[in-house]
Amino acid sequence: MVGTKGTVIAVNGNMVGVRFEGIVSMNEVAYVIVKDKRLKSEVIRIRGNLCYLQVFEMTKGIAVGDPVEFSGDMLSVELGPGLLGQVFDGLQNPLPKLAEQAGYFLERGIYLDALPLDANWEFTPTAKVGDVVERGDTLGTVPEGAFTHRIMVPFNLYGQYTVKSIRPAGSYHVRETIAELEDVSGTVIPVALSFRWPVKRAVDCYEERLKPVEPLVTHVRLIDTFFPVARGGTYCIPGPFGAGKTVLQQITSRHADVDIVVIAACGERAGEVVETLKEFPELLDPKTGRSLMERTVIICNTSSMPVAAREASVYTAVTIAEYYRQMGLHVLLLADSTSRWAQAMREMSGRLEEIPGEEAFPAYLESVIAAFYERAGIVRLKDGKVGSVTIGGTVSPAGGNFEEPVTQATLKVVGAFHGLSRERSDARKYPAIHPLDSWSKYNGIIPREKVRYAHSFMARGSEVEQMMKVVGEEGTSLEDFIIYLKGNFLDSVYFQQNSFDPVDAAVSPERQKHVFALLLKILASQFNFSSKEEARTYFNRLRQKFLDYNGSEWKSQRFKEIEEEIMASVAERSQGLDPRAEKLLV
Amino acid sequence: MKKIYSKIESITGNVITVRATDVRYGDLAEIDTAFGTSLAEVIRLQEDLVSLQVFAGGRGISTGDTVRFLGHPMRVSFSENLLGRIFNGAGEPRDKGPTLRENLIPIGGPSVNPSKRIIPRRMIRTGIPMIDLFNTLVVSQKLPIFSVSGEPYNELLARIAMQAEVDIIILGGMGLKYDDYLYFKDTLENAGALSRTVMFVHTAADPVVECLMVPDISLAVAEQFALQGKDVLVLLTDMTNFADALKEIAITQEQVPSNRGYPGDLYSQLAARYEKAVDFDTAGSITILGVTTMPGDDVTHPVPDNTGYITEGQYYLKNGRIEPFGSLSRLKQQVNGKTRPDHRALMDGMIKLYAAYKDTLEKKAMGFMMSAWDMKLLKYGEKFEKEMMDLSVNIPLERALDLGWEILADCFEPEETGLRTELINQYWPKKRA
Repeated sequence: MVGTKGTVIAVNGNMVGVRFEGIVSMNEVAYVIVKDKRLKSEVIRIRGNLCYLQVFEMTKGIAVGDPVEFSGDMLSVELGPGLLGQVFDGLQNPLPKLAEQAGYFLERGIYLDALPLDANWEFTPTAKVGDVVERGDTLGTVPEGAFTHRIMVPFNLYGQYTVKSIRPAGSYHVRETIAELEDVSGTVIPVALSFRWPVKRAVDCYEERLKPVEPLVTHVRLIDTFFPVARGGTYCIPGPFGAGKTVLQQITSRHADVDIVVIAACGERAGEVVETLKEFPELLDPKTGRSLMERTVIICNTSSMPVAAREASVYTAVTIAEYYRQMGLHVLLLADSTSRWAQAMREMSGRLEEIPGEEAFPAYLESVIAAFYERAGIVRLKDGKVGSVTIGGTVSPAGGNFEEPVTQATLKVVGAFHGLSRERSDARKYPAIHPLDSWSKYNGIIPREKVRYAHSFMARGSEVEQMMKVVGEEGTSLEDFIIYLKGNFLDSVYFQQNSFDPVDAAVSPERQKHVFALLLKILASQFNFSSKEEARTYFNRLRQKFLDYNGSEWKSQRFKEIEEEIMASVAERSQGLDPRAEKLLV
Repeated sequence: MKKIYSKIESITGNVITVRATDVRYGDLAEIDTAFGTSLAEVIRLQEDLVSLQVFAGGRGISTGDTVRFLGHPMRVSFSENLLGRIFNGAGEPRDKGPTLRENLIPIGGPSVNPSKRIIPRRMIRTGIPMIDLFNTLVVSQKLPIFSVSGEPYNELLARIAMQAEVDIIILGGMGLKYDDYLYFKDTLENAGALSRTVMFVHTAADPVVECLMVPDISLAVAEQFALQGKDVLVLLTDMTNFADALKEIAITQEQVPSNRGYPGDLYSQLAARYEKAVDFDTAGSITILGVTTMPGDDVTHPVPDNTGYITEGQYYLKNGRIEPFGSLSRLKQQVNGKTRPDHRALMDGMIKLYAAYKDTLEKKAMGFMMSAWDMKLLKYGEKFEKEMMDLSVNIPLERALDLGWEILADCFEPEETGLRTELINQYWPKKRA
């Protein structure tokens, strides 16, 4: 049903003013009709019989007097089997399909079905006629890659329904009716394998939201051991350009211990997006042995795509993440970068001539950022199963300055902070997460007191380094100098990790625990050196061995040999243990 | 016949408004003034009030001048005839050649579908170790040269252009000093490259609006060549002038300014141009090298800052050298895994040591006693700067790698380098007898 109609009266950038007759709702989708093209837009302001649309496409060629059709629906995505493995733009257009149809360029006004109608799914009913069901309850299942995809009562059906009919096991496409539900007034509602949900509303069909306590293993040592992330938690990675945000996100998307990864590129470099796009189908998921793409959904908006579509992309991504969470799966959403998204908001706000807040961002920036991260969470579903959405967002602060509004607004609402530093990336210390600035409120894979003890060498080592800058090496005591060397050692063999080395790129939690124990022993050892030069030479050699150790296969012959060499070398020089550390080492 | 409007309602800076109907957003118009005819572009519609940006600027326009709408957006002629030619930002000849009118193509077209891109994988050799070894340039990369005024950025740009193996060079000059324009022209001519070059040049004395058209017109032409299977290198200098032109126009239009007076959509505007860099899966490619001058050497200034988040790295030119800190090629890992097994490790190892050298320099400046380790770092840093960083060094990558090992062996013991033992065993130069 097409309802309200209107006509264009003004064009300014991607904002179009429309005079309309009838009823228009906020955030409703409308189409501006230009010659033979229908340009998708969203209502963002209404005043009397005038409204303003943000057009999700380039607005070239629109004229005053062009007709506008209002759809009556909010910006929504289609949820159903077949989302996994796809590459969508922010409006859920499948990009590879679009390429088949339109060629190299993203032509305007072409919108394709998100879920193909020519694919069939093997449906197995689990509900029976007469069952009383609510939104989110399971009616049946279809296999999707390695997962059992639940076909659920659409989340927008509030109230109780009786199953009036349900189709037998068989092969159906996503829009076919597979069940009929009857509400209390006797109205019958057909239900298909897929349904639509408005992206800007959080999916809330669960029993209870739980506290995120279980660590989410990323296989990055610095994160898992020192600044952990929790399943259902949130974290952010701010950093200046070139500090390694994107590489860190790529590593996490490959190795994080979750069922499904949703990647939202909200205005990123096409050259990097294409890397994920082309490599994922060829990479194997170490857990399942299947293509990594089978458990990945990519929402891809390059920086040159229209600003309004970029603004929509994080919502599309989080809605898809929440949908799979409702099946009791663990989902990781990586948003790269939320600053681009915030900038899109700023652009729109500027065009609306709203009174600007700090650094010209809109006054509602904080609440919008908070509301987005709050869509993360670990939940207990009605059937007792637990599912989670973890959100990790990168932030690209202007000038690399963490005081800016987007970073600050994000820091208020996340559970872990992985601050990247220019200084560390300049010195090629990767991942460039600064070990003194970063923090996490979550539990990791190693007890906190052990981590704290190791971390103290980094902090004290850095103090000694600062002091040395004032008093010089000769003015520093040998004891302090050793602390400084230990801090450096910890940094170069544990904090730093070579993401291009096949072994070192992803380190299992077992190996992290094992290596950390050895490292702790070295840090706690009291060495007796006669000079600073001797101490430096010793740690240089030890570092060399440790780097070779990090590069050798876990539990291989070589791994064991190097480990023995390291232990022998420590035993030879150590004069005993730091008494404060003794109980940590048992 | 197109209607002619002769009632100009207002003139503010380069923007005029007329009352007209049936006008499309982005369309072109022609304005006849006492100084000749100029193109103008529709930048805002409000009922029947049409705002136009006049390419030749607002100076001298009278309320009695006539405006004629052309009914289409900005276009440029595309054919082989462009090669060897020089045009201004409006696409009019700047040389003595004829005006081209055939095969008009629109400029500022839609983005490339990311799924039609291929992973960049071809290295562009430049003979400059700071690029080839440390921050390899890759076909289809978009890369600015961050620089302070006074640095030889145009020379560097021209040298890369000359040494890079590409089919077509397109130079987009924005706010170029006339001397610099002649420098590019002469350099390309002397190298015999003019016949594979097209230049769109806006000089500092030309109307500011024309500056805005230069990247779009250059990239539209580049795109057509790339679709014909050519590898195209687009040189844009200087993108800060482009951004300043955007600022100037946004302010005259009374737009809400964002950061330091730049318009709120600066990021989108820059991105729309840089994202044209592409390697098509079944055709040619576009590589973009730009210059971004940094006012006051401030990398946090909105133009370099926004640029850095769009481009695939940057070369940071300072004191006549490409700085290892601040410089970055994000695509280098696509190619440097296939050059030589020691490439990646040497690249990181040498920079780590160079960072340590910088710390030592600081200590030295404070007047502290230098340890034996510090002395080694000092020797290393000086050698590195002289033998590697100097822009006059012109050697192939393989020679640069060997040189790297020689420098290391000259200054350090193997285990001091932080490089893995297996690499050291293979590449550490044997002590000369």
